[in-house]
Amino acid sequence: MDFTLSEEQQMLQDTVARLVRGEYSFEKRLEFSETELGFSEDFWKQLGELGLTAVPFDEELGGFGGGGVEIQSVMTELGRGLCLEPFMQSVILGGGILSQAGNKDQQDKYLPGVASGELKVAVGLQEPQSYYNLNEVETKAEKSGEGYTLNGRKAVVIGGHCADLIIVSARTSGDVRDADGISLFAVDPSAEGVERRTYPTIDGAKGCDVFLNNVKVDADALLGEEGKAAEVIEYQTGRAIAALCAEAIGCMEEANELTLEYLKQRKQFGVPIGKFQVLQHRMVDMMSELEQARSMAILAASFADAEQSDERRRTLAAAKNVINRAGQFISEKGIQSHGGIGMTWEYSFAHYAKRLVMISHQLGDEDFHLERYASLLEAS
Amino acid sequence: MNMNYTAEELAFRDEVRAFLEEKLPADIAAKAKGFRKMTKEDHQRWQKILVEQGWYASHWPEEYGGVKWTPVQKHIWDEESSAYGGPRTVPFGVNMVAPVIIKFGTEEQKQYYLPKILNGEHWWCQGYSEPGAGSDLASLKTRAVREVDHYIVNGQKTWTTLGQHANMIFCLVRTNTEVKAQEGISFLLIDMNTPGITVRPIITLDGEHEVNEVFFEDVKVPVENLVGEEDKGWTYAKYLLTYERTGLAGIGISKAALSHLKGLASRRLKNGKPLLQDPSFSQRIAQVEIDLMAASISNLRIIAAVEGGGVPGAESSMLKVKGTEIRQAINDLARRAIGPYAIPFVEEEMSLDYEGEFLSDENAAPMAAQYFNNRKLSIFGGSNEIQKNIVSKMILGL
Ligand SMILES: Cc1cc2nc3c(=O)[nH]c(=O)nc-3n(C[C@H](O)[C@H](O)[C@H](O)COP(=O)(O)OP(=O)(O)OC[C@H]3O[C@@H](n4cnc5c(N)ncnc54)[C@H](O)[C@@H]3O)c2cc1C
Ligand SMILES: Cc1cc2nc3c(=O)[nH]c(=O)nc-3n(C[C@H](O)[C@H](O)[C@H](O)COP(=O)(O)OP(=O)(O)OC[C@H]3O[C@@H](n4cnc5c(N)ncnc54)[C@H](O)[C@@H]3O)c2cc1C
Repeated sequence: MDFTLSEEQQMLQDTVARLVRGEYSFEKRLEFSETELGFSEDFWKQLGELGLTAVPFDEELGGFGGGGVEIQSVMTELGRGLCLEPFMQSVILGGGILSQAGNKDQQDKYLPGVASGELKVAVGLQEPQSYYNLNEVETKAEKSGEGYTLNGRKAVVIGGHCADLIIVSARTSGDVRDADGISLFAVDPSAEGVERRTYPTIDGAKGCDVFLNNVKVDADALLGEEGKAAEVIEYQTGRAIAALCAEAIGCMEEANELTLEYLKQRKQFGVPIGKFQVLQHRMVDMMSELEQARSMAILAASFADAEQSDERRRTLAAAKNVINRAGQFISEKGIQSHGGIGMTWEYSFAHYAKRLVMISHQLGDEDFHLERYASLLEAS
Repeated sequence: MNMNYTAEELAFRDEVRAFLEEKLPADIAAKAKGFRKMTKEDHQRWQKILVEQGWYASHWPEEYGGVKWTPVQKHIWDEESSAYGGPRTVPFGVNMVAPVIIKFGTEEQKQYYLPKILNGEHWWCQGYSEPGAGSDLASLKTRAVREVDHYIVNGQKTWTTLGQHANMIFCLVRTNTEVKAQEGISFLLIDMNTPGITVRPIITLDGEHEVNEVFFEDVKVPVENLVGEEDKGWTYAKYLLTYERTGLAGIGISKAALSHLKGLASRRLKNGKPLLQDPSFSQRIAQVEIDLMAASISNLRIIAAVEGGGVPGAESSMLKVKGTEIRQAINDLARRAIGPYAIPFVEEEMSLDYEGEFLSDENAAPMAAQYFNNRKLSIFGGSNEIQKNIVSKMILGL
């Protein structure tokens, strides 16, 4: 049993930490968020130049086949900086789907760009009615000629507004909630019939809904076997969940540090408010929520790239359930312990709170993962 | 024990309902029900209608334009008005400074200020909190020095709700530094247009501008604007706070918000079925509805005690804590109900004038922002921790 990072892993994390500290002050983050892109083009480039967007990929793509722990190291630091770049969407989820489901040609076509950061991928798996069930796919892909015609709508595609490639799920057969019959397609956002309704997100990033109206794609847009994408989606969103958990840990660490610092500084009734036992105990609870969450994020990271199994499914569901609850707890209690200042735009705490609560709306909320876990409970 | 309204009270409720049906503007009701943005003009329009009906200042003495509703009547009004989508009254003038002026002000002050509150000429804001004086309000530092017939005020107030719309501010200021903190505070009425006053916005986490910082630099305030006696302001301030607290439980608003939540949950789907039929989500809603049921009876018990001649005491602190927790729980569920659509921040859909397609549900857009914004409920009006301190001291004797 060893919970320490290897020397290489530690170096990786330090590299990202240094970069974030240098480039991503809270004030700059607000500016990045206000731009049309919604993040820093320059910072994204640097992630590419330093080989960070290549971390999960093989050597020939400039990476070193980094697994869950390496991804965790990167995502935790991006979380600390509240970084807005589409690292999780493009590198982990998009890159992961392409690596797992793409054939040689597709990988050759897309992965070098993903690994260098030059090609930004967004992934549209949800639909307006699907809530968090990714097997609920109404979008249709019908065979037409050599290729397919896509019709439907994908909901809340984070990073979709600026993506060079959007991977969407669509149904090639089966009923609306069948796992069987779901396929994945690589769609060029500028193709005819693709429309995007772009919006800012409440946590400072940007996303869009993607409308597919008779979008014609070639046969080679199909990623993986027709109708068999559910497994790929489940596996790769599992990796993305582990990444979100790591990001949340970075946010929670920073949030707790801010709160603790404030309890020591802020004086009322002639003493630092940290002298009030009710705030002390709450801070202790926030810390132990973070530690519970950290344990689960570590566990999730260790399963992220493991072979699929019920144990992996359970672990990732459990991790996301714990992270969602801890994130909300730390956000709400942290604001409360700050008093009015915790509610203001110009102070960073609220932005951590918003990101943490929104993480709970990505890839399944607390109840979704509790139900998923319950459905996978071991008999004894 | 009789938990039913009397025949007169029922008749009053019918009258209230008929009035709301006839007079409440549909656009304002739609805004309130959908948690859409309310403008100053909306508030003023509704105020005018209420004043005409004689119900705006219902708790004032009749000679100044009140109707002296009983606490039960007031309660009926709050519940019905919220249910119909009547916007919450901006309390600073009619419900806060007015009771203080009525109880402690001079006859001239009553004659001057009260009509202007009714006719909307004065829009008030509350200048209590300061950067260094939040929970510990008595440590406030804004200084007022008397010079013959006026005070010179210097200092800063903060968190001033809707101060950007206000032309009057009631302030707690320090007039004596030689005595115990609570004994050197005075209650001043200040015209916001006086030279030396600067208002700066504070933007909240949801991007809204509802609070402000107010700076005072050598602001000249006539001595006639002092309420009651110099250095006795703390007593008046506390009188006002008990008034503020009773309303803060927001039972009527919670009922309206719960019904809004159920609407949302009956339209949003999970696995093809309305969330309202989903076992775990419906239980979450049921739980908060049960808690609200209990709180609403607690509220009635306090009202009945007041009707019997009591004063709302520390019990209203308990109710403030419960009431705000319940409202926050409802907001939490509304955010959850819209699932992934909590993430988009679609500001244009928060306005009633929006005529485009809604991204998801027509009521979805304000939900996440509302959840974040209402973290304030457990902070302002005396934080929930402070309320619990009051209960443990005043009721439990700890
Ligand atoms: C089943 C059982 C087995 C035990 N076995 C052993 C044993 O083997 N050996 C042994 O030596 N002792 C043993 N104990 C005693 C145990 O350690 C004490 O009960 C414990 O230390 C609490 O002391 P107390 O019961 O006097 O409660 P008190 O100390 O009087 O506390 C009463 C309450 O006040 C709270 N409180 C006290 N001080 C503070 C503070 N500063 N801030 C906030 N809250 C405070 C406590 O948390 C508690 O809720 C045992 C007790 C039990 C119930
Ligand atoms: C949206 C909003 C609108 C507002 N509108 C107005 C307005 O119009 N006019 C106005 O005057 N003020 C207004 N306020 C200010 C509000 O009354 C204060 O925010 C509140 O009194 C808390 O003060 P603070 O923010 O300085 O927090 P602090 O007093 O610094 O409190 C920080 C934390 O410490 C806790 N704490 C402090 N003392 C104790 C204690 N003794 N025991 C245990 N815990 C303690 C608090 O509960 C809180 O959790 C508003 C605030 C907000 C957020």
